Amino acid sequence: MYTAASFLVGLVFGLGLIVAGMANPEKVLGFLDLAGAWDPSLALVMAGAIAVGSGAYALMRQRARTLLGAPVRLPVERAIDRPLVLGSLVFGVGWGLAGICPGPALVLAGYGAIKGLVFLAAMLTGSAVFELLMQNRPHEEEGNRR
Amino acid sequence: MSIAWNAFTPATALIGGALIGAAAAAFVVFNGRIAGVSGILGGLLRPARGDIAWRAAFVAGLVAAPLAYGVFAALPAIRVDTDIAVLIVAGLLVGVGTRYGSGCTSGHGVCGISRLSPRSIVATLAFMAAGFATVFVTRHLL
Repeated sequence: MYTAASFLVGLVFGLGLIVAGMANPEKVLGFLDLAGAWDPSLALVMAGAIAVGSGAYALMRQRARTLLGAPVRLPVERAIDRPLVLGSLVFGVGWGLAGICPGPALVLAGYGAIKGLVFLAAMLTGSAVFELLMQNRPHEEEGNRR
Repeated sequence: MSIAWNAFTPATALIGGALIGAAAAAFVVFNGRIAGVSGILGGLLRPARGDIAWRAAFVAGLVAAPLAYGVFAALPAIRVDTDIAVLIVAGLLVGVGTRYGSGCTSGHGVCGISRLSPRSIVATLAFMAAGFATVFVTRHLL
């Protein structure tokens, strides 16, 4: 049940990325190019997503179990620390170089785009290297994975 | 700054965004989890018992999205002008950065801001600023 729900959520998420234009790296770079001919579309993608999503989190914050009976696992980490900021800056540089972030990387792989597959392979390698380097760190608090 | 009105697509941006928000909402309402792509993928690289199927299914859904879309309509064209070498560097940075920073555009940008998480708001400001700065350098300085 949870697996089927996961698949459907991934599918709708991916369809949203395609409709929104986020799966097209040129469009993403057009949004990030403030000094050039700026395409503000992606700001509306985020606004639309947050407008629809925020009610669900407000509701689930009050509950211990989901409608399917699973425990609600929302992140518990509060600290604004160096890994958060440094990691996000590194991510942002990569995002700015390619115009691709993790969700669209998977959608581009589904397109069968060779360059998308190359990016995805490099991204997974980067994450795997990180896991190796950080192997000895304690497991994150349950629900603290994004 | 000048706005590229010919490239601006407010309707599809809002509809696509609403779909993304609906997916994130469904995920927390049914599965009780954050729909953060980098974290879901990262968990597959560090597998734990009973924690693999839902992650793999979510990833499969994202990969299947273009196929499903293609059944009903012609897929929108995509363009990747970036060189392969730059794409590889970019991919490595995204892979490391999203794990070190505990999230990406979906987990921090959409889900985190929807929850009004201060951590995610800071992370989103950081990766947006770095993205803007990087494109400024590559398109206007180099």
